[in-house]
Amino acid sequence: MRNKIPRVPVREQDPRVRVKNFEEVSYGYNIEEAMLEASRCLGCKKPACVTACPVNINIPEFIYFIEKGEIENSATTIYRDNSLPAICGRVCPQESQCEGSCILGVKGEPVAIGKLERFTADWSRERGLKFIEKSPFNGLKVAIVGSGPAGLACATDLARMGYEVTIFEVLHEPGGVLQYGIPEFRLPKDTVVRPEIENVRALGVKIETNIVVGRTVTIDTLMNEEGFKAVFIGSGAGLPKFMNIPGENLNGVVSANEFLTRNNLMRAYDPEYDTPIYVGKKVAVVGGGNVAMDAARSALRLGALVTIVYRRTEKELPARIEEVHHAKEEGIDFRMLTAPVEVLGDEKGWVKGLTCIKMELGEPDESGRRAPVPIPGSEFEIDTDVVIMSLGTSPNPLIASTTPGLSTNRWNCVVADDNGTTTKSGVFAGGDVVTGAATVILAMGAGRKAAAAIDQFIKTNR
Amino acid sequence: MYKIIAKRYLTPQIALMEVEAPRMSHSAKPGQFLIVRVHEKGERIPLTICDFDREKGTVTIVTQVVGASSRQICHMNEGDSFTDFVGPLGRPSEFTDMRDDELSDKRILFIAGGLGTAPVYPQVKYLHERGVTVDVLIGAKTAEMLILTEEMKQVCNNLFICTDDGSAGYKGMIPDVMKMIFEEIIQGKINEGKMYEQAVAIGPMIMMKYTTIAAKPYNVPLIVSLNTLMVDGTGMCGACRVSIGGKTKFACVDGPEFDAYLVDFDEAMRRQGMYKKIESEADHKCKIGLDNN
Ligand SMILES: Cc1cc2nc3c(=O)[nH]c(=O)nc-3n(C[C@H](O)[C@H](O)[C@H](O)COP(=O)(O)OP(=O)(O)OC[C@H]3O[C@@H](n4cnc5c(N)ncnc54)[C@H](O)[C@@H]3O)c2cc1C
Ligand SMILES: Cc1cc2nc3c(=O)[nH]c(=O)nc-3n(C[C@H](O)[C@H](O)[C@H](O)COP(=O)(O)OP(=O)(O)OC[C@H]3O[C@@H](n4cnc5c(N)ncnc54)[C@H](O)[C@@H]3O)c2cc1C
Ligand code: SF4
Ligand code: SF4
Ligand code: FES
Repeated sequence: MRNKIPRVPVREQDPRVRVKNFEEVSYGYNIEEAMLEASRCLGCKKPACVTACPVNINIPEFIYFIEKGEIENSATTIYRDNSLPAICGRVCPQESQCEGSCILGVKGEPVAIGKLERFTADWSRERGLKFIEKSPFNGLKVAIVGSGPAGLACATDLARMGYEVTIFEVLHEPGGVLQYGIPEFRLPKDTVVRPEIENVRALGVKIETNIVVGRTVTIDTLMNEEGFKAVFIGSGAGLPKFMNIPGENLNGVVSANEFLTRNNLMRAYDPEYDTPIYVGKKVAVVGGGNVAMDAARSALRLGALVTIVYRRTEKELPARIEEVHHAKEEGIDFRMLTAPVEVLGDEKGWVKGLTCIKMELGEPDESGRRAPVPIPGSEFEIDTDVVIMSLGTSPNPLIASTTPGLSTNRWNCVVADDNGTTTKSGVFAGGDVVTGAATVILAMGAGRKAAAAIDQFIKTNR
Repeated sequence: MYKIIAKRYLTPQIALMEVEAPRMSHSAKPGQFLIVRVHEKGERIPLTICDFDREKGTVTIVTQVVGASSRQICHMNEGDSFTDFVGPLGRPSEFTDMRDDELSDKRILFIAGGLGTAPVYPQVKYLHERGVTVDVLIGAKTAEMLILTEEMKQVCNNLFICTDDGSAGYKGMIPDVMKMIFEEIIQGKINEGKMYEQAVAIGPMIMMKYTTIAAKPYNVPLIVSLNTLMVDGTGMCGACRVSIGGKTKFACVDGPEFDAYLVDFDEAMRRQGMYKKIESEADHKCKIGLDNN
């Protein structure tokens, strides 16, 4: 009989303290807590959790090893399928993936799979363990565009097979959204992101930063002149959307991407760094996804009073449940069923308020969610100095427009099948650039499938 | 890394540097820019690609001190290396897409305000090598602040110079002197009475604004290059957004060059000042730091 204790809670930084710093909110399990939580897993024969994990980690196996206290074996199991477990354990929306399908969740609380994965990954990193077995170099070069989760996962698998992999990244730091988007208090950069990327480098993967594919080099040059046998595009969906409402170009209106990039990649929160950030006293964040939560909680830590404005209800908030919960604990004001109609400016062109309209839920739309409908005459004003627009992003058209033969759809997403095969021979794609903004682990899953397809392609074309 | 192999001051506040960047030198075209970071904690600073040498594998930048980060750039010396140097970014000037025979019968006027002379130079050189008739108007506050006039003379047909105080060339501001040139053409006094088919103005936002207003009545197509605030320079943040004909565009990917008559200059100037207060405090701190050294 398995241990029928309730799910082991995870220790967290006190909300009153953490709103003033950028240190990680969740402390994670220690070994006793991890072993105890691991003892809840039933070790299912046909584990639903594994099917629900986009990279199909052998979850019962790695949890079994934790329960036995064999953490190194647990890590070996995880690294077989996931090269960035300390990251995924922290940021995966587990409630809709692995944990969402855990059998224990039917009647009670699912096993804390994410927290356990994080534990094993942190434990191995702190002890300097490396998982770098690989086949010898086979002399065949593959290029990867973008160093986000999709690119890193694809690079890992190809490097293990023996390919000589070079990742080209336009920013000065690799990691994609892990580096520029997700804040320090959720995903520490120096202690978690950098070391996991170092593990990928340790497999022999080269990362060339400061290269704009499409401008500095094109995909055709890489394949025709530089000897790359195949290219994987994992360039993400980084182009921010705006609402096209009046006042959107006033001083004080920024995209969540700009706000987060200044604060994460450029570390504006740290006075030692040169990049400025403007926070004002009051901040309104428009949107309800992870990106909106991250922008809101960052603004809070920079000293502002923060309001989140979202046009549907709390039930529809696309953000991870844990993040919404944390945001509330920290004192962020949520205004549901509210949509902005105009940004108001003072005589000098700086934001002074946001006019919003109240909404109600109408009939379900194509996505199956009930569509918000404005209530006539319900306009009201929110007093604010800064408006952060977090309305979603789409892929940057630069690569597609400089790569003849590569098709995109009407949302600028690169067209690719389940294995990442695009309309151009030898060119593969996966992650947000194909699906539009999604999740870290889905991007990694796509990178891994493409790695297998690239291997197949190169072998058949040799 | 990105090593500085040559440096000279054009004025006490403006430095020219030739930087090793082989990949970029091969793909750079006139009208594009790059982003540089001086050190691990530095800002990403956009600068125009002022020249490139594919054989040497170098790219030339010209930087004017306006605040803390541009000061750090100008303080770098020959043999030092930049931490990051990424580009080319932005769209090349439209004429780089034209065939030489399409270009050769064109007559173009470049209008350069102050530091703007640096990015104008490679464009003029490019066109001159293709047999295009190119005239250049350079303006600055005083004679000491004029840059690259000798180099420019070698590659253009007519060089007009003006200074606010009259210490060199015509006395007056760029928009007025440009109008005077247009009037003389209309009167048939210069250029055999042939009006320019195209004009390009590059310089401070305020100069581009008034040049645009002054040029409008003459119906000369005018292009300007917008130096907005930027963070990534790749279309990811929207810090660089500008209104062009009432539509929001990102200067880093849709520009930096735009049809001058469609630009909302007042909005662009206001947006440039977004971090003015924070930046001037940072620069003040940085100067104090230097004094202590
Ligand atoms: C603020 C924020 C919070 C999020 N929170 C979560 C979360 O909690 N959980 C979760 O699962 N997901 C989250 N996501 C989504 C998740 O981060 C993405 O789905 C994932 O990162 C996509 O991975 P990717 O590799 O496809 O692209 P990206 O991570 O976007 O990486 C693409 C990389 O390609 C580079 N690139 C782009 N164009 C070029 C070019 N032309 N040349 C060279 N390089 C180029 C980019 O600079 C970037 O580094 C969040 C996203 C954001 C923005
Ligand atoms: C596409 C592009 C090309 C450019 N080319 C060059 C170039 O070739 N040489 C060069 O010296 N500069 C160029 N600039 C401007 C340069 O990027 C800025 O001068 C620099 O970012 C200022 O940084 P700072 O920290 O020194 O000054 P800050 O302390 O940030 O600012 C000082 C003052 O300059 C203003 N300012 C800040 N950023 C800009 C900006 N981007 N443009 C204009 N004014 C600004 C501020 O409002 C403030 O008043 C270019 C800008 C762009 C966008
Ligand atoms: S990678 Fe994500 S989905 Fe898969 S087991 Fe880990 S936390 Fe769950
Ligand atoms: S479904 Fe739940 S109980 Fe079953 S193996 Fe997976 S984690 Fe363990
Ligand atoms: S500088 Fe970020 S989008 Fe243009």
